[in-house]
Amino acid sequence: MGIISKIINWSRLKSPWVLHFNTGACNACDIEIIAALTPRYDLERFGVVLKATPRHADVLLCSGPVTKQIESRLLRIYEQMSEPKFVVAVGTCACSGGVFNGCYNVAGGINSVIPVSAYIPGCPASPKAIIDGVVKLLQSLEAKPKSKRPGGKK
Amino acid sequence: MHDVHDFEDVKIPIGPQHPALKEPESFLISLRGEKITASSVRLGYNHRGIEKACEERTYTQGLYLIERICGICSHSHSTCFVQAVEEIAGIEITARAKYLRTLIGELERIHSHLLWLGVAGHEIGFDTLLMYTWRDREVVMDLLATLTGNRVNYGINTVGGVRRDISHKQKEEVLKAIDILEERTKYYIDLAKGETTLIKRLQGVGVLSHEDAEKLDAVGPTARASGIERDVRKDDPYAAYGELDFKVISVNSCDVYGRTLVRLGELMESFSLVRQVIRKIPDGSILVKSARKVPAGEAVSRYEAPRGEDLHYVRANGTEKPDRVKVRAPTLANIQSVSKMLEDRYLADMPIVIAAIDPCFSCTDRLVAVRDTKNKGSNTVVWETIRLQGIEWYKNKGIDFTSLNEKLTKLS
Repeated sequence: MGIISKIINWSRLKSPWVLHFNTGACNACDIEIIAALTPRYDLERFGVVLKATPRHADVLLCSGPVTKQIESRLLRIYEQMSEPKFVVAVGTCACSGGVFNGCYNVAGGINSVIPVSAYIPGCPASPKAIIDGVVKLLQSLEAKPKSKRPGGKK
Repeated sequence: MHDVHDFEDVKIPIGPQHPALKEPESFLISLRGEKITASSVRLGYNHRGIEKACEERTYTQGLYLIERICGICSHSHSTCFVQAVEEIAGIEITARAKYLRTLIGELERIHSHLLWLGVAGHEIGFDTLLMYTWRDREVVMDLLATLTGNRVNYGINTVGGVRRDISHKQKEEVLKAIDILEERTKYYIDLAKGETTLIKRLQGVGVLSHEDAEKLDAVGPTARASGIERDVRKDDPYAAYGELDFKVISVNSCDVYGRTLVRLGELMESFSLVRQVIRKIPDGSILVKSARKVPAGEAVSRYEAPRGEDLHYVRANGTEKPDRVKVRAPTLANIQSVSKMLEDRYLADMPIVIAAIDPCFSCTDRLVAVRDTKNKGSNTVVWETIRLQGIEWYKNKGIDFTSLNEKLTKLS
């Protein structure tokens, strides 16, 4: 690995920028994501900054089962992100569809549409769990910096 | 040189993913210069099909699904649903259970209003307020976690009562936390009444006159800020509200500033309600036994959620699964008034005006619009067709209510 890519990888690990996208969640996980960014839990101390546009983001935090209305939008947002990109499924619904599995308007978990790097279960995933998940994702990137999308389709 | 009037109105799509919006919904705004001339909202990104899914589940299973309609006012939805089921089944819950439901409901209102205050601060660029209120909100989240076992989606309701009792030690914890929160809220009230920047930014923004609020059927703090004293807790008391003493907060300023004051006032009322509940809560059991099957019948139940009146309709057919569940969440009642509030206003006011009704689109997305894309143009499907389609769909899945329905019609 060249020195430049080493520096890029280091800076990426020190300050992952996240984009939060609600794919049809009940708001519980979304609120817990915001709660993780506010003073009690303060995800920002790990350099995590919430961004407003997919083009700035390294990590896509998805919450909720993918509804059929949002499916194409989710794919579009994912495609707008620049490589390397990582997707974190926050909450049981995002991991597998959860209680909404089988509903007529639900396509399933996030991984039925886009590859997911980390799964954070819980209904809702507590801020502590979200921090744990994000830190674990960062650690996994540190261990094998060459793999672009751990857990992703090869 | 063009004159600004030479231009057609500019149409700007906002959403479903947009920095100003926390949830997937989309607005189409027509602009002339900086001013909004027309706006329309497109919902449905959050539609999961909960009402239909409830028909496949038993009442107890449905209760936990209903709770997941919304992660902010989950207790509102589950209480509203369970009240309707209890009414059909003729179950009278114990007084202690009623007080516990009230307690959790008021704690939920406190967390929801603090959350709103932070979000409103964020929308007007006052992020310090967001950080302050969300820090304080953790106090009430801890309370809810100790009382119910989960921070959100408490799962405390069940048909016939509640699932967890409150201990003496927990009562003291609640009182202690309420004291802290009350002190903080007093600070926010001082801030709202004294901070010139905040007042200037919110006053006269998102005006909804008293008449318009009446006409558009606004509910909750949105209506109460336009001088309509409408509160289900007072008008049609449920749970223990009939025995508790509280004021309905309303102001006449009709703008976002008024909505802020109403919510801050309601926070103070909620603290007093929580103290009263802790003082008055009677001893006794928290649960009455109920049968799995609910007799045929129908009921409408109302609940004053933090955002306004929540309405659930349940029809039972004598089995252990409901025949039909219908949810009218407060945001659906309020969303009509948003286009009125945005009329002839600046684009920069849009985020705070939308935030001021405290919208919750996961609550609202109960509707489906069927659009025929091949034939261009929309196609309206009548209710009866959808109903028949639903019956057919279930028949294919092996669930058939035909014989049962025939029996029911013979009976009535």
